Amino acid sequence: MRASKRRSLALGIMGLLFVALSVGTWFASSDDAAAEYGDVIINNYSDDAAMRPVIFPHWFHRIRFRCKVCHADLGFRFKAGGNDINMLKIFDGEYCGACHNGRIAWGVENCVLCHSGKPNMKTGVHNSTSDRLVAPVGR
Amino acid sequence: MTDRASIIAVLSALAIAAGGAALGTAGQVPQPAGDAPIIIAQATGAQATGPSAANTFNRLMKRPGSEPNIQPSKDGIHDPANPGTALLQWPSEAFAGFPRTNDGNRVDWVKTLAAGLIRPWTELEDPEAEPFLMDLTIVRQVKGSMPNVVYPHLEHTQWLDCTNCHDEIFVPEKGANQISMAGILLGQKCGICHGRVAFPISDCRRCHSQPKTAEELRQLSEKSSWAKQ
Ligand code: HEC
Ligand code: HEC
Ligand code: HEC
Ligand code: HEC
Ligand code: HEC
Ligand code: HEC
Repeated sequence: MRASKRRSLALGIMGLLFVALSVGTWFASSDDAAAEYGDVIINNYSDDAAMRPVIFPHWFHRIRFRCKVCHADLGFRFKAGGNDINMLKIFDGEYCGACHNGRIAWGVENCVLCHSGKPNMKTGVHNSTSDRLVAPVGR
Repeated sequence: MTDRASIIAVLSALAIAAGGAALGTAGQVPQPAGDAPIIIAQATGAQATGPSAANTFNRLMKRPGSEPNIQPSKDGIHDPANPGTALLQWPSEAFAGFPRTNDGNRVDWVKTLAAGLIRPWTELEDPEAEPFLMDLTIVRQVKGSMPNVVYPHLEHTQWLDCTNCHDEIFVPEKGANQISMAGILLGQKCGICHGRVAFPISDCRRCHSQPKTAEELRQLSEKSSWAKQ
């Protein structure tokens, strides 16, 4: 009898934890409003290739490089998803691969540092002013 | 017997959690500051009903009260189950000691750079290379009461190359470009960067920084209908 009481208590606590956890993850997955300003999700090909989407953090890179290095010298266009980046190009030293080559920054073999997003997220820059408008722009 | 007891335990846990969640939403209604309100009469059932959850503050706001510069595993876009996520740096750690603002990255990047707290490279193969700076300021007259927009080349050439803007975004000729606030909010012209990577649009005064003269403001208010009465 005592053992069964303990067991039901344990089960009850597990139930509570389960509910708390599922409520927690539900909030997390339905809400990107805490994403750091300027984080770019690149997901033209990743989902289809069963990789997590790529998250590029502007804040981290602009501490180390001026915009010019990437957007003038390396040729990144100002458009999330607009550069048709893929692994072959990166491996050949283009785009992210101009730096992520084991010399200027850690190399391409560290897949999980770039492919770090939740599956199925849309390509785009996060927490932009237009994302956060509560009403459409109009006159 | 055991099974029934455990089912009841799970159900009560569910009830407790649901109650907690309901309290959580009700808790968003701001309470008056200072001492707790004096309860004169406790109406029966008031506890059970409470203020309607439909009538909250910030009903439409996309990020009411979220923490700024949160760690990647909790930011809603990084997958906490990805083994690399825990290795990523927290913005709050990187930004410690940087001059702050109220929105965007909450960092004043212009002041942070000027203070030498960061030293971003200008050339990929030459960490010592200096940027090509140009000190040319362009003032754009703004319709209405908002202060005029002062566009400084100096702060931009600290980060960007002339070719980033000329000629694809702006023709290099004072007044030759059609710019509007609606377009900026949609991500055009200044809004290509501001509102996405550079400081966001909510920081009106950083662009609208030259107040109209007293004379201009007087002429503006003379145009209004109440002035004509
Ligand atoms: C420096 C960052 C970076 C690293 C490291 C990296 N990737 Fe990628 N990867 C990208 C980007 C950016 C894309 C384009 C994403 C998109 O559009 O979906 C991409 C796309 C892909 C794609 C789909 C397109 C294609 O080329 O087939 C696959 C598959 C892929 N990566 C696998 C990997 C694997 C496996 C590794 C580790 C060996 C890896 N990546 C490491 C940045 C990276
Ligand atoms: C280390 C390289 C790097 C640096 C430095 C960098 N960016 Fe980017 N930027 C990127 C990448 C990568 C993308 C996404 C491109 C893609 O998805 O194909 C991007 C995208 C953008 C976009 C497009 C966002 C949209 O609306 O779709 C803007 C605007 C931008 N960057 C502005 C800046 C500004 C301003 C700076 C300097 C403060 C800067 N970037 C510094 C790499 C960089
Ligand atoms: C101009 C050079 C450059 C380019 C281009 C570049 N990176 Fe990086 N990146 C770096 C450097 C340097 C680091 C820091 C490496 C270190 O800490 O060892 C870094 C670090 C990172 C980090 C880890 C940040 C952290 O929290 O530690 C990620 C993620 C990343 N890069 C993704 C990308 C992706 C995705 C691309 C392409 C879309 C890209 N980078 C393009 C230079 C670059
Ligand atoms: C961030 C974007 C940006 C960058 C980078 C930039 N400019 Fe401009 N430039 C502008 C804007 C905006 C104007 C004003 C256009 C208007 O009033 O319609 C302008 C105007 C000009 C004009 C016309 C001035 C006049 O009095 O008619 C010249 C010349 C010019 N820029 C040269 C440059 C040079 C040289 C560089 C690089 C050192 C540069 N710009 C970098 C945005 C930029
Ligand atoms: C190509 C990207 C880009 C475009 C286009 C652009 N800016 Fe900027 N702007 C920046 C960056 C990067 C900074 C540095 C501060 C930051 O990142 O928050 C900056 C800084 C500024 C500052 C300096 C604020 C200070 O604290 O001194 C002003 C003012 C400004 N921008 C106004 C404008 C106006 C007005 C336009 C349109 C006519 C414009 N910008 C277009 C990228 C851009
Ligand atoms: C990145 C710089 C920038 C920021 C931030 C900014 N503005 Fe503007 N604003 C402009 C420019 C440029 C114009 C066009 C001036 C002209 O006519 O040449 C403008 C025009 C306007 C106008 C006149 C109507 C029109 O469309 O021409 C109003 C009103 C205005 N802004 C209000 C605001 C308010 C309110 C905010 C803050 C929520 C704000 N602006 C933030 C750059 C900015």
